[in-house]
Amino acid sequence: MKFVKIDKKEWAAGLDRLSAAYRLFGPVKEGNFHEFKALDAQERPDMAYVNTRRSPKALIYPQSEKMFEFSLDQTRADHHILREAGKDYTARAVIGIRPCDADAFRLVQKNFDTPEYRDPYWVQAYEATTLVGLGCSSPCSTCFCTTAGSGPFHEAGLDLLLADEGSGYLVKVLSPKGEALVQAAGWSDATAAEAAERRLQDLRGEAEARIVSRVPTAKLKDQKTNHLFDAPFWQEVAFSCINCGTCTYVCPTCWCFDLQDEVSGKDGIRYRNWDSCMFPLFTHHGSGHNPRSQKTQRVRQRFMHKLKYFVDKYDNGIQCVGCGRCIRLCPVNIDIRRVCNLMNHFDATACAIPAA
Amino acid sequence: MRNPYLPYPVRIDEIITETEDRNLKTFKFVFLDPDDEGRFAYRAGQFAELSIPGKGEIPIGIASSPTEKGFVKFTVNKVGLVSSFLHNMKVGDIMGVRGPLGNSYPWDVLEGKNVVIIGGGFAFTTLRASIVYMLEPANRPKFKDIHVIYGARNPGMLLYGQELAAWEMRDDIHMHITVDGTDDPNWKYNTGFVPTITEQKAPPADPDTYAIICGPPIMIKFTQPVLDKLGYGHDQIIMSLEMRMKCGIGICGRCNIGKDFVCKDGPVFTLAQLNNMPKEY
Amino acid sequence: MTGYIEKIREIAARLLTDGTVEMVIGFRKGTVPMMNEPFFVKNPLEVATLVWDSNCGINLANYLTDRKEKIAVLAKGCDSRNIVTHIIENKIKREQLYIIGVPCKGMIDRQRIAGRVDGEILKVVEAEERVVVSGRGFEKTFDKADVLQANCRLCIHRNPVLYDELAAELVSEQQDVDRYVEERRIEAMDVQQRWAYFDELLASCIRCYACRNACPLCYCPTCFVDESRPQWVGKSIDPIDTRTFHFLRAYHCAGRCTDCGACERACPVGINMRVFTKKLEKDCLELYGWEAGMSLDQRPPLDTYKVDDPEIFIK
Repeated sequence: MKFVKIDKKEWAAGLDRLSAAYRLFGPVKEGNFHEFKALDAQERPDMAYVNTRRSPKALIYPQSEKMFEFSLDQTRADHHILREAGKDYTARAVIGIRPCDADAFRLVQKNFDTPEYRDPYWVQAYEATTLVGLGCSSPCSTCFCTTAGSGPFHEAGLDLLLADEGSGYLVKVLSPKGEALVQAAGWSDATAAEAAERRLQDLRGEAEARIVSRVPTAKLKDQKTNHLFDAPFWQEVAFSCINCGTCTYVCPTCWCFDLQDEVSGKDGIRYRNWDSCMFPLFTHHGSGHNPRSQKTQRVRQRFMHKLKYFVDKYDNGIQCVGCGRCIRLCPVNIDIRRVCNLMNHFDATACAIPAA
Repeated sequence: MRNPYLPYPVRIDEIITETEDRNLKTFKFVFLDPDDEGRFAYRAGQFAELSIPGKGEIPIGIASSPTEKGFVKFTVNKVGLVSSFLHNMKVGDIMGVRGPLGNSYPWDVLEGKNVVIIGGGFAFTTLRASIVYMLEPANRPKFKDIHVIYGARNPGMLLYGQELAAWEMRDDIHMHITVDGTDDPNWKYNTGFVPTITEQKAPPADPDTYAIICGPPIMIKFTQPVLDKLGYGHDQIIMSLEMRMKCGIGICGRCNIGKDFVCKDGPVFTLAQLNNMPKEY
Repeated sequence: MTGYIEKIREIAARLLTDGTVEMVIGFRKGTVPMMNEPFFVKNPLEVATLVWDSNCGINLANYLTDRKEKIAVLAKGCDSRNIVTHIIENKIKREQLYIIGVPCKGMIDRQRIAGRVDGEILKVVEAEERVVVSGRGFEKTFDKADVLQANCRLCIHRNPVLYDELAAELVSEQQDVDRYVEERRIEAMDVQQRWAYFDELLASCIRCYACRNACPLCYCPTCFVDESRPQWVGKSIDPIDTRTFHFLRAYHCAGRCTDCGACERACPVGINMRVFTKKLEKDCLELYGWEAGMSLDQRPPLDTYKVDDPEIFIK
């Protein structure tokens, strides 16, 4: 593996060179929070941020995305036939993304990029994006990445991992995309790999020691799906939920969407929007039947999906990277750590109470 | 790879009103590009998303059999926004068909077996596809006895009336058509609910006998215990489920039962599989 | 307010033990600072989990809608007015409820506090009039009055208007409160300015519907934004659709909203959408002399017709 050092005095110039080859995105302060935004020329990502309020998933998977266009004008030869909407998949780079969020893309990829079907919008956007990660030296009290399969200096899903050393960044090049980016930026000050790797390990160890939140996940895989499904704790877990879409929308690993057509005059588009399993009509059939008409069923679905169905389907851990956004932003303080604990430790034989 | 969200353009070639309440119509679609028909190669039991630009898409079981060439047929119930609009469309109108989607009935397993088809109401569409497929001369020898138990509320609500009558006359298929009730004195077939007729007419359980059930939840709820009583093993009871769907390709996340997507891992599941899945459908 | 909890627990235990109610709806301690989670207790032995402090801004009337049980519910001034509205609108029956009235001196605004410190808040300690906030390497004390939720600062009904038992002594109501300074400021803007103001206000809306779902008034089985035949509003984050949602929701709350602030509190992206509901509240007050939820015996103005109703807006 190759390591590079970037003196912070060369940072801006490098970003300027990059902006000629990539559309740049990075964390930008907005009021009391940070969000990922497209960086204007000369606009710099705030590398001192902790994490953004909303996840960066919108950079690859926009909340509203046009898929097709069509015309209902019968005089046109192609009337009522869908045309693919023009897209721009020129190279982009996300500067300063946290390892948890980058790892989230890797989990989401399992959904959008399957052997049978590839979602062209998500896949092309992801392949066009270089993720320049920034290791976390001061995690939050709500971060539980290390037990969620990720970590403050986790490398999976990143093309480059930067460690802030004060006067400069230590950079580990993790992929050909990462290599191409450092070349384009002119950050070519290579440094000895062995020493750099050791330094990174030290930083990783220090950062991981600062993580105070944990989730127990070891027993999730062996739990019987139907036992968890019928467990009596769901009613209590779901009581406070107001079934908004906050958790699903801010979560970097949630991906459900809805397809819609909209027409104006004779021109129309087919597009998709983020949707949420929390919404009452999510599973509403045309016949009027709704298998998840009750709030408790919907709340159960969310946690079963993230902490059990995904575990069984992909054998790659939970569908969560421990970023903590849902915990901080849930209007009623439903805490996935608490629910994971309930699910992991659930013992069906110990329960005398029948399912709700 | 082809964009899986892009439908094949089709033209409506024929519209037949199937039921007396006019809520069910069979649409015959012809692909605008004849090569698309080959790309749409499907198996009985699969479904497709019928796509109407400006309105949306609906997941509908394919009613035609792959042995029927030059077109593809769907029988659509008028329930909502898209289906109502479709019901008002005319022969010659252009729309889209996206698919084929889903996992089809397990034809490889069913070869060499007795097949008992049990259907109710307007869920009979993919069962029609299956019957036509099996009765095709090249295919018929691959299957042993075929029984069909199909019921509707009254004679005017049965689908494919003429085909049912024609199949009734054949000696290579046992038809048990029934209605819940009728005051038509000319009604020649059975009267009684599907579960009742199933109990009377279904062949006994046997390692070589498989049942395919497709129907409204209430019919399935009362038919399944009958099959249990007759001794059918749960991996020999094959069911086709319904679920609200959007993408149809297992990506939008909407139609899951447990870890399985009804649109991709289903809609066909054996009862044995369903027993291990959460009861959320 | 910090002393209320013992009385609340005592009342809750008594009501559950003697069977007056089947459940008590209140709060349990949250897992992050300045948050409590709405919660129910059925077993009198579990009342110790109930908490009460200045982080109980969520409107518990929201959890009563269409319930069938006999319920004891904690209600501040605003919550109790929403309960009155719920009863008038047939969402719950008066006989089902045992309202534990909680006189309120205001709830603190965690976003406001978080914006005034540098770093993650790890611990918050409340004393009567002060809030001490600390994190890694910092500690800051605030006067509670400075960090109240926006609606609490303007509150003129801090005492519950309907209750079966009080958890504490009534507090004095704030006097000389001008509730509509911001609304008048916006009314004075010209159309362009107003357009720009609303545009910016709603720019970060992600259509999560936390505001709608936190509101006790929003209980339609299918909200107008979810209707498909016909589809009234698009589902994307298109600014026009987003504005339509917020404006129409405010109108649906006209004459009913008690300014409990649950909507702003719930919003994950910090939108101050109360300007819309307060504008309509102001209109109802000025046109009809109406304040929502004050009495079980009065029907709301949009529900009744009087010969001398103002007509200036009918052209």
